[in-house]
Formats: sequence, C-alpha cells, structure tokens
Amino acid sequence: MNQKTKAISLTCAVMMAAFMWNTQSHAAEVGEKESPLMLAEVSSVNTFNVNLKKPKSRNLPPAEDGIHDPENEATHSLQHPLDAYKGLPPSDFGNYVDWVKAIDEGKIRPRWDRADPNSEPFVMDLDIVRPVKASVPDVVFPHRQHTEWLLCSNCHPAVFVPQRLANQISMSAILLGQKCGLCHGKVSFPVETKTCRKCHSKPKPADWEPPLSEATLKNPWK
Amino acid sequence: MSSKIKRNVLKSMIIGVLAYMGALGVPQTAQAEYADVVINNYADAAGMRPAVFPHWFHRIRFRCKVCHADLGFAFKAGGNKITMAKIIDGKFCGACHNGEISWSVENCAMCHSGVPGQPTHFHGSTVQRLIAPAYKPLQVKDTTK
Repeated sequence: MNQKTKAISLTCAVMMAAFMWNTQSHAAEVGEKESPLMLAEVSSVNTFNVNLKKPKSRNLPPAEDGIHDPENEATHSLQHPLDAYKGLPPSDFGNYVDWVKAIDEGKIRPRWDRADPNSEPFVMDLDIVRPVKASVPDVVFPHRQHTEWLLCSNCHPAVFVPQRLANQISMSAILLGQKCGLCHGKVSFPVETKTCRKCHSKPKPADWEPPLSEATLKNPWK
Repeated sequence: MSSKIKRNVLKSMIIGVLAYMGALGVPQTAQAEYADVVINNYADAAGMRPAVFPHWFHRIRFRCKVCHADLGFAFKAGGNKITMAKIIDGKFCGACHNGEISWSVENCAMCHSGVPGQPTHFHGSTVQRLIAPAYKPLQVKDTTK
C-alpha cells in the first residue's frame, strides 16, 4: 500500500518536473530565434487536469486578461466586459452571454447600418434541416437568428451554395474553421460539448437505426 | 514497522504537496474575452503595441453585417492588411473611428494596447483551444521596385 502511494507520488512529481522543464526550455527556444514562427497560446487544453490552475474568474478586465498590456495607460480606460454585460442573458460558453437572446429580448440594439440607428435588418425565417449520417440528432439551421446579424452575401454563395445537397459539411471542417466554423468557434457560440445540441436539435425518426459499419456487415456478430 | 509506514506516508505526502505546488507554478495562459482579436501584421515592426479588437464590445453596438459586409472585413484575423494609411482614408476601422461615429485615431493606445510580441491570433477560437496555431508574419510587398 505504502509502496504504491509512494510510486504514484513519485511518478507525479517526475512528470510535473518534466512538464515544467519542457515549457521553460520551449519558451527559451522561442525567445532565441531571430525571426520566430510565432505561436498563439493554447487557451484551454488540459483544463481537465485538476492540478492545473482553474480560471479565477470569467470576463476579466482588459488589464488582467493576458493579451492587453497593463503597462499601457489606455488599457486601463477600456471598458470592462462585465460592465457591458450587465443585464444581458447569460450562457455557459463563449463570452458567457446569450447574444441571440439579448437581441430577441431587446436588451441590445446593435445598429444594422453604420450611421443610421433606425435601419432594420431583413430577417428571413426559414429553417433548413440537414440529416446527419451518424447517430447524433439531425441539424436544424435557422436562418432567422443568422439574418438578424448578417447579410445573405456574407455566406452565400462563397461559403454555402444556396442549393440542396450542394454543401458537404463535416465536424472536422467546422473544427478547423471552415463552413459553420468560419464564425462558430471564433465569434458566435463555440464548438464544444455544451453546444452540440444547439445545432443537432432534431431527434432522429422513431424507427431510425444507426447504420452498421462495413466491417460489421462483412463479419456479423455471432 | 508502523513507524516505517508512517515515515513513508509522510514522505509521499511531501512529494505530493511539492508536485501540486509545482503544478501551480505552471505559467497560466491568457484569459481574454472569447473572440478578442490580436492584430500584429505590422505593429511590432513599426514599434507599436499590437492592436486588440474586442468583438464583444462591437457586437453590442453593431451587427456583424456592418463590418463584414459593408466595410469589407474578411472573416480572418489579420486578413485585411490594415494600415494606418487606410484607416485615415476612412477604410476599415476608419469608417467609424473618425471622430463622428466613434472616437478618432489620435487615441493610438486605445487599440494599440496588446502585449508586444504577440502573434496575430483569434483568442479563444476552437482551433486555438486544441492546438496552438502558428502564424507567419505577413510578407510585406516591396513597392519600391
């Protein structure tokens, strides 16, 4: 028993030391290069590791958020996100604000035209259902929420061909920032487990069975 | 026998605590707002801090369409090759940051407020959550030739 505990603790310590040494040497390497290939910081991988620091709070003021320079005087005169988000409907991801709900409830009135505060968007209420091969629920794409913010020409025809069966969309493409991922995962709600059902919202028909994979068809269960 | 076990347990506990403290020392990553964009195409080279564009601040005031359709902003961080010359000519940021719709360009440090040396990146994007994307600085075309 005691041997086991000791072994686990030792392994832990060694791994931590190796990890820290690794990050430090990497940082030194980057600093030394003359024309560096610059890397953005990975923002949340490893958050499952209970030993790593948890984010202290959400929506930090600019001077503490890590990308603004606190030595710059004007940084301190920038608005704090939490001041701006007062009274807006909350969500569990992204900015932790439900932007679509905020617009629907009239909590924010972002301009549709740069200079004209009274200009109104042309909203189109049309849902597109996309069947999904896998067992996750089918996708419903609502035009309404999108046309509240965007113009048709933002997506059509460059990103999505406005024609049935003309668009190949996969989660891999989205995760890499293409198709829906051009905005989702960057500005509009992020692509993570909590948000799957926002798009995958239409349950499969009652008689739907997941298709068997080819390997199983060739070599059926006995 | 029991004292030996005790000593071993104590030792393991100390190692465990040290490992935990070590983990706390791991540098913490940036915690900026989702969709904050750092633009550093030319700023560092010109001796300015990189510009930081807060999407959250702007989307409270304008719909996406205003910048991404009317003003011609591409859906790509650093993809517009914005220079101050274009801004004072009323293009990109300069369409509003002209002292009429919003404050004017003499407030340099309001935008140029990023930590120096940061690459152009889209903070909190899915790609950035999973892997650290590398950014090559834009190649500036030599117009003198």
